[in-house]
Amino acid sequence: MTMDPLDKLVAMANQIARNLAHDDDPAGATAAHIATYWSPRMRAQIAACEGEGLTEVSRDAIARLGVRHAD
Amino acid sequence: MGYERQADFGTPEVHGDHHVTCTIDGRAVTVPAGTSVMRAAALAGGSIPKLCASDNLKAFGSCRLCLVEIEGMRGTPASCTTPVAEGMKVQTQTPRLQKLRRGVMELYISDHPLDCLTCSANNDCELQDQAAAVGLRDVRYGYEGETHLGAAIDTSNPYFDFDPSKCIACSRCVRACDEVQGTLALTIEGRGFASKVSAGLAGEDFFSSECVSCGACVQACPTATLQEKAVKDIGKPERAVVTTCAYCGVGCTFRAEMRGEQLVRMIPWKDGKANHGHSCVKGRFAWGYAQHADRILSPMIRDAIDQPWREVSWEEALSYTARRLQELRERHGRNALGGITSSRCTNEETFLVQKLVRAGFGTNNVDTCARVCHSPTGYGLKTTFGTSAGTQDFDSVDDSDVILVIGANPTDAHPVFASRMKRRIRGKDGRPGARLIVIDPRRTDLVRSPHIAADLHLPLRPGTNVAVLTAMAHVIVIEGLADEEFIRARCDWEEYRHWADFVAIDRNSPEVLAEVTGVTPQDVRAAARLYATGGNAAIYYGLGVTEHSQGSSTVMAIANLAMATGNIGRRGVGVNPLRGQNNVQGACDMGSFPHELSGYRHVSDAATRALFEAEWGVPIDPEPGLRIPNMLDAAVEGAFKALYIQGEDILQSDPDTRHVAAGLAAMELVIVHDLFLNETANYAHVFLPGSTFLEKDGTFTNAERRIQRVRKVMEPRNGLADWEVTQELARAMGLGWNYTHPSQIMDEIARLTPTFSGVNYARLDAEGSLQWPVNAAAPDGSPIMHVDGFVRGKGRFVVTDYVPTDERTGPRFPLLLTTGRILSQYNVGAQTRRTANAMWHGEDVLEIHPTDAENRGLQDGDWVRLASRSGETTLRAKVTERVAPGVVYTTFHHPETQANVVTTDFSDWATNCPEYKVTAVQVSPSNGPSDWQADYAEQARRSRRIELHRAEPAE
Ligand code: SF4
Ligand code: SF4
Ligand code: SF4
Ligand code: FES
Repeated sequence: MTMDPLDKLVAMANQIARNLAHDDDPAGATAAHIATYWSPRMRAQIAACEGEGLTEVSRDAIARLGVRHAD
Repeated sequence: MGYERQADFGTPEVHGDHHVTCTIDGRAVTVPAGTSVMRAAALAGGSIPKLCASDNLKAFGSCRLCLVEIEGMRGTPASCTTPVAEGMKVQTQTPRLQKLRRGVMELYISDHPLDCLTCSANNDCELQDQAAAVGLRDVRYGYEGETHLGAAIDTSNPYFDFDPSKCIACSRCVRACDEVQGTLALTIEGRGFASKVSAGLAGEDFFSSECVSCGACVQACPTATLQEKAVKDIGKPERAVVTTCAYCGVGCTFRAEMRGEQLVRMIPWKDGKANHGHSCVKGRFAWGYAQHADRILSPMIRDAIDQPWREVSWEEALSYTARRLQELRERHGRNALGGITSSRCTNEETFLVQKLVRAGFGTNNVDTCARVCHSPTGYGLKTTFGTSAGTQDFDSVDDSDVILVIGANPTDAHPVFASRMKRRIRGKDGRPGARLIVIDPRRTDLVRSPHIAADLHLPLRPGTNVAVLTAMAHVIVIEGLADEEFIRARCDWEEYRHWADFVAIDRNSPEVLAEVTGVTPQDVRAAARLYATGGNAAIYYGLGVTEHSQGSSTVMAIANLAMATGNIGRRGVGVNPLRGQNNVQGACDMGSFPHELSGYRHVSDAATRALFEAEWGVPIDPEPGLRIPNMLDAAVEGAFKALYIQGEDILQSDPDTRHVAAGLAAMELVIVHDLFLNETANYAHVFLPGSTFLEKDGTFTNAERRIQRVRKVMEPRNGLADWEVTQELARAMGLGWNYTHPSQIMDEIARLTPTFSGVNYARLDAEGSLQWPVNAAAPDGSPIMHVDGFVRGKGRFVVTDYVPTDERTGPRFPLLLTTGRILSQYNVGAQTRRTANAMWHGEDVLEIHPTDAENRGLQDGDWVRLASRSGETTLRAKVTERVAPGVVYTTFHHPETQANVVTTDFSDWATNCPEYKVTAVQVSPSNGPSDWQADYAEQARRSRRIELHRAEPAE
């Protein structure tokens, strides 16, 4: 049942995007949410996954994150 | 000063603006109209003899001891039932009254054993006091009266005895159970001399009756008839210290009544603004764990978790821990370290832990167990209203006309507030009771109990809260029940329109959504109408709202409903999260989340960071840290190495136990700071013994944002209060902390946190409590929030679309499991299991509907296997109609059951709060513990070994 960590991040991002679908700018809201609550390492990991498994909105969101390098 | 009971003014306080003045024994006194003569006399400094009256009960007028003479009035009226009138002249002590009172007293005493000298209530007995007050010298009736002399003592309750031979049939206990507690467990049987108090049906003792052991009757009893066993064992207390209960979010205050360093009893404090003199079985009686033999009192370390523990000195433990932390930081970077604060610890302790992590470890990897309970409340209320807080004080419920309870079971989880709520629902003195709507998959006690019946119970399928609330919103908008005037004035109108258009669409109607929710559409419509038009409507919610994949959405859906109907910003209305543990609110306020500093300010906010950096002299990381589940994931990946956990047992309380275990096992340094070797400690390398709430100073913040003092009544048995342990660890790491008292920590919190700016110990001691925000705008605190405007300015409507959880039932897992708690136990049960409360709940059981049980060939009491996609466990079945077909329910108080082995790691989309409330499961017959349980028990046994003492040099 326990998911692979990257799959889990992907699922989380999709879940966020799905719940923010009614925002004026769903991808922007998703990106803002992730920037606010995720650690740099998590953001770097998902940015590195190159969109696999992400929905259109969450992929767009991740692209907009502008990920910095985690230390 | 020696021990004294709290003053009893005889009848309840009356509130009102209209005052009257009367004269009592020549002294003038001015009181609110409606006040009794008895209370007025007490307020004037006098004391009228009384037996059947007590100021937390309605006057009853049965003992006839409180007679007075009133000028211009015939006879001798009872002062407890006579209200004062303007200009009234009262005499309370005249020869005539004295004679009458002696006669009354004689009758009582003739039916009472005269073993005062050896009675456990000697010198603390109202019957004695009153006999002295009326000058009783002689009893003419003989002592053989009718009497219950020689009747057997009922010792069935583990905390108090009932000795009927001492009963004077004043009925205070019966009325306390009815009026204060609302359980209605007691009755007076028979009449006159033969009358006798009885707990329920003939032949039932206290333990087997409906009694929930709240202690209200014990407190009300003027004699030794109902008395704490501890008083019998230890004797009368000699001093009392006011402190705050460390169990649930109600935050009851108590007088800890002490004899030397020994706690004799906890008596609810009548001036406590959260509990007004009431209590539940946990706070009142379940404090024995503090002295339990399992408590660990010396620090222990080990290099690997398969080794036995080694007891060491504090110095050794702290320097070992600090050295390992520094090594790991050097090797893996600061973000490989983290900490978890506890909502069971004080504000000051919590603040220090997050300070240690941010300033000492140098990372924002700090989280709190509120992650797994109320983090969605934080997100949802901040987004809609602007701050993470319940909007009302508890007293507000007295002004509610409609009460909507969703995903909460207050009679079990917040019992003292539930009693308040039930009192309002029953109505009083001709004022009709509040109407009640319950939205819960289970038929909780609130749905039907003595003198309470919910007007509507919506037994929804677990996981469909958002759908039900959206359907209610649909009805409110379509039927034109929204309070548009309020919305235009207080909320963003455009956002409202956007939301209203969304909820109004057809697919959000109760009829369409019934498909997923399973709730009769007419009931949803009726609930929406009642909530929107029934007068002041208040919503109370609990973990049944937050612990879902749409927990945050549900909180926002609740906030939307309150704004749409104008039910916010005054007494009687509002949105009220019922917090699980005692200091959930406080732990969140103190900056325990990885993305924010105290007072809910994001770490990316440079101005806030600058404030902390100036005070602490270190840079603060501007990026959010890891949340608990993220820490565990990172650990499994090898990127997270060391965790300091204060007062939490994440292995038992967090979902998907195997995953938690794997995460902990992957860390190189797990530091557990707790009272007992809890389940998490099986994976720990350092154990730092903790102190109980009786052993430290500090503050807790309850569910109504009320900051109250915790006071030390005995020395910490482990040697250090918890805040001192954290401070010593910080010092061992080279931080120059020098707090000498928790009040200095609060001063620092106040300096750094605008909402706390007016809080300090001197004020808390003087005023008893303060409700944050306490700042320039609200110098005396804020009982009700968002009165003139929302904290964020305009209230924000957020569209909350129902998204089904990924956890689905299917052929292999056809039932939905939901979890909860029970009155006598608390959280993971570490404390309550170590008290006599275990008598009420010795094991976790699985509630299952008769139809589902029958289909599986299960009988009540059978062992069953409970399996999900995550794992399986075994426990006993309880066949009951409380749960709907297709739904099963259990609690998670016992480590043997490990209900969280079966819960999944799905979580709330916004906060990662785990989805405890919905797991697809299968239930089948079983003959005993699962392999996991057996393995686990063996592993736990091995990891709890403590090496026998090596010869240690004397200190
Ligand atoms: S302990 Fe509480 S519930 Fe039990 S009989 Fe007394 S008042 Fe009623
Ligand atoms: S048990 Fe105590 S409170 Fe109850 S009727 Fe008897 S004397 Fe009064
Ligand atoms: S557990 Fe809660 S309701 Fe019970 S006494 Fe403590 S604070 Fe009050
Ligand atoms: S105290 Fe007034 S009648 Fe008993």
